[in-house]
Amino acid sequence: MSAVTAQAQRLSYMDAIVQAQVEEMERDERVILMGEDLRIYGDGKVQDAFGELRVWNTPISENSFTGMAVGAALTGLRPVVSLSIASFSYLAFDQIINQASKLPYMTGGQMTVPVVFRFALYYNGSIAAQHSDRCHSMLMNVPGLKIVAPTSPADVKGLLKSSIRDDDPVVFVEDSTLWGVRDEVPTDPDLLVPIGVGEVKRTGSDVTIVAISGAMRPTLAAASALEDEGVSVEVVDPRTLVPLDKDVILRSVAKTGRLVVVDVAHRTCNAAAEIAAMVAEEGFDHLQRPIVRLSTPDVHIPFSPVLEKPLYPSKDEIVAAVKRLR
Amino acid sequence: MSLTEEQQREAYRRMLRIRRFEEEGTKLYKEGEIPGAYHASIGQEAAIVGACLALRDDDYIVGTHRSHGHPIGKGGELKGLMAELMGKTTGICAGRGGSMHLADSRVGILGESAIVGGGIPLAGGAALSAKVRGTDQVALTFFGDGASNQGTFHETINMAAAWKLPAIFFCENNRYAVTTSVATSHGQPDIGKRAQGYGIPGVIVDGQDVTAVYDATATAVERARRGDGPSLIEAKTYRFDEHQVGLTTGAPYRPADEVDDFVANHDPVVLFQRVLLGAGFAESDLRAIEEEVDAAVAEAIEFGRQGPLPDPADVYEFMYVNPINYPATTIGASR
Repeated sequence: MSAVTAQAQRLSYMDAIVQAQVEEMERDERVILMGEDLRIYGDGKVQDAFGELRVWNTPISENSFTGMAVGAALTGLRPVVSLSIASFSYLAFDQIINQASKLPYMTGGQMTVPVVFRFALYYNGSIAAQHSDRCHSMLMNVPGLKIVAPTSPADVKGLLKSSIRDDDPVVFVEDSTLWGVRDEVPTDPDLLVPIGVGEVKRTGSDVTIVAISGAMRPTLAAASALEDEGVSVEVVDPRTLVPLDKDVILRSVAKTGRLVVVDVAHRTCNAAAEIAAMVAEEGFDHLQRPIVRLSTPDVHIPFSPVLEKPLYPSKDEIVAAVKRLR
Repeated sequence: MSLTEEQQREAYRRMLRIRRFEEEGTKLYKEGEIPGAYHASIGQEAAIVGACLALRDDDYIVGTHRSHGHPIGKGGELKGLMAELMGKTTGICAGRGGSMHLADSRVGILGESAIVGGGIPLAGGAALSAKVRGTDQVALTFFGDGASNQGTFHETINMAAAWKLPAIFFCENNRYAVTTSVATSHGQPDIGKRAQGYGIPGVIVDGQDVTAVYDATATAVERARRGDGPSLIEAKTYRFDEHQVGLTTGAPYRPADEVDDFVANHDPVVLFQRVLLGAGFAESDLRAIEEEVDAAVAEAIEFGRQGPLPDPADVYEFMYVNPINYPATTIGASR
């Protein structure tokens, strides 16, 4: 049941994604969707409403339908490509990296590529290593892309709309562990959340935790638990990984002097590593203790639940890390 | 359906523009005025020009790492292309693309992909876009025999066929993917025959005969504009130089007499000169075209030389249409 008020409506993160796309398709006829099984997307209502020329139900050809979206973007459309589960996006990395991210530069600005590549980090469900990757940070090493990773229903809607309206290629990272999260979402179809602006999700004074994508849920739970123990935690959501809102992170660290960064990606060269390096370079004088990173260890995701569950940063692990910093 | 007298004149002019541009460019490359790698289109002029002449100005093309011929064939200016080869700000890509990426959007080029097979989906997407926007534009992608073994070839042709997109898949089969021959890398050497597997027309044409290439492409274009879907064209052609100028291989990968035979007996420019003279063109007509082309190439070289080099401080320009906190400055970087 969605409780609708004048300004906001209670929606799940997943429903907010669908709503953002439908609103942008209504607003701008250049917006099209491409991806596998889109015929049944939103219970089939999206293709029914907009027709086959706006919703392209593709064969399983990730690299080429992604490249076709780039070609459509070069010629006047604004495609939103659904790559489904993040691990499948690897098949399309060639077109994302070698074409979408490079064509504007390599053509000296003759080309623009207004396209959104969506994929979901889909893990913690015993689907093993080939379906469970959290690969957002790999693409942070590719200049020319913008990378968005919202954590709340309102942000996912506002940022997806901003991404669709942006003239640069945007990688839009969803986290399947957030799909069911419900919260207030503005109904105004022109209310956007800007790319490149982070947000303090919870104010505090003792420790800063920067939580990326699905790490937000255990982080907020840890912050509540720590409050009960008298520890005041400030939780920062970068919301966009590229460009990174360094100011919101540095301001918080200047206040607390302590930083924990939580990322569900594998540990080596992940988004947490970049943020930790940035703070070490630019906020070292604020730090009273060493920076702590919590990540998934560098191991493939196993099938057996008893092996998989302990791998991702948990509420208890975050609580323990914060306590070590005091 | 065949070339009119005016089109014949234009075909000769464009083929010669490619030939002279490449001859002069090769010299400049060897003399060090052009950096990087140089992939000349000499020998493949008829395939390029025959295909391009069947297109309208507002139709799209996508090319390859052997990228100089495509913009010239589609009717582009030489000056910005030569300046680009020299890495100047006046280059068509402002010195960011270079020899393998001479994309000129003013003549409908969406990209010249140096990732083999990487450009094929872009053309498929342009064709999809034309269908969504309700125009009668078509998109033609050039690619080589090597690219026909990439997944993008299969995937894109399949989607274009399933969705009846106005696309033309045009293979410049010059027999060698760098040094790997079609004979050793294709289970069945006629790439055009693969069309049958996708349920679309496939044509194999003499790529040294500009008229034959034009006819085949015009048929495919007509079909695409009618809404009947894509076609595959394989133009059997040959590159006269190495994969890239100056690239020497330890072991010969193609017989010397094969190269000699193509240069002596299958030069597309020479063959078309004969056709034109046989059709009643006066030698003086052809000379006038040759002189005009020589002057245009000389002017392009002068334009390239006069153009300023880019300022290293501008290296970040063109990365984003809408840059946000870019380039990100860090204390570390400014130290």
